[in-house]
Amino acid sequence: MKQLVELISGDTLEITLEPVTRMDLIKYSGASGDFNPIHTIDEEAEKVGLPGIIAHGMWTMGNLAKLFTPYYEQGFIQDYRIRFAGMVFINDVITLKAEIIESTDEYSDFDVKAINQDGKVVIKGAVRFVKK
Amino acid sequence: MFKDLVGKRSRKVKNVVERGLVKRFAESIGDSHPIYIDEVIGKQSRYGQNIAPPTFPRTFDFGKVEGLNLPNKGLIHGEQIYHYNRPLLVGEEINCYTEVKDYYDKTGKNGLMGFLVTKRYGEDLDGNLIFTEESIVIINEAVREALKA
Repeated sequence: MKQLVELISGDTLEITLEPVTRMDLIKYSGASGDFNPIHTIDEEAEKVGLPGIIAHGMWTMGNLAKLFTPYYEQGFIQDYRIRFAGMVFINDVITLKAEIIESTDEYSDFDVKAINQDGKVVIKGAVRFVKK
Repeated sequence: MFKDLVGKRSRKVKNVVERGLVKRFAESIGDSHPIYIDEVIGKQSRYGQNIAPPTFPRTFDFGKVEGLNLPNKGLIHGEQIYHYNRPLLVGEEINCYTEVKDYYDKTGKNGLMGFLVTKRYGEDLDGNLIFTEESIVIINEAVREALKA
């Protein structure tokens, strides 16, 4: 594994997740305390006009941050901003990506996003990883 | 109706970064890294302790802003923004509160939408800021009508 400080502009971190399951979302509901039923119960999702249950936006945002977890000895995520752009459904295959934009001695800035199996962006934003 | 609440804050609520919950939360986002879970790795780390994932504040109680009554259905989470001065440490106690930052209307392709901006704060027991968490929640016309009724 490269040290984060060795990454240069244009380098990317990337992970593709296993297909999303209902159990993933049940576990996230329990761990986060967000029991909005559109994330776990089909009928409740359909009632609000969705074709089926959708992932919590925060589940995807939580997942995306793990691209940076291996680098905790070099620093930490100081800023993490996400715009929720699209929905994630059961069986979707989500790929998490971070592309380095700028790096100094003090920090590295990344563009981050999660895309589905059709290449559609479901969340996107930015991370500033500080080295202090 | 939300405009009147801008600037209002909740009272501070004490929370604990619970070891068991950090483990369960990390698992639920597929991020069971030893820095969150393994006590020995935590002790040896530059933080001297296990830390919590950056989106962990989702689990905290930030108290309630008086008069802010949002339905738990029909809201769209638009944006989420974290800022950290340092990571959260497993086992530490923090004081949390929330503030209504802004409210504005926009007319888009789905009609009149309301944008509610709230910001949450986590401080150590000496009052030093550890993190902030800002959310933008979009409220559609149907929900606004239902709230007026």
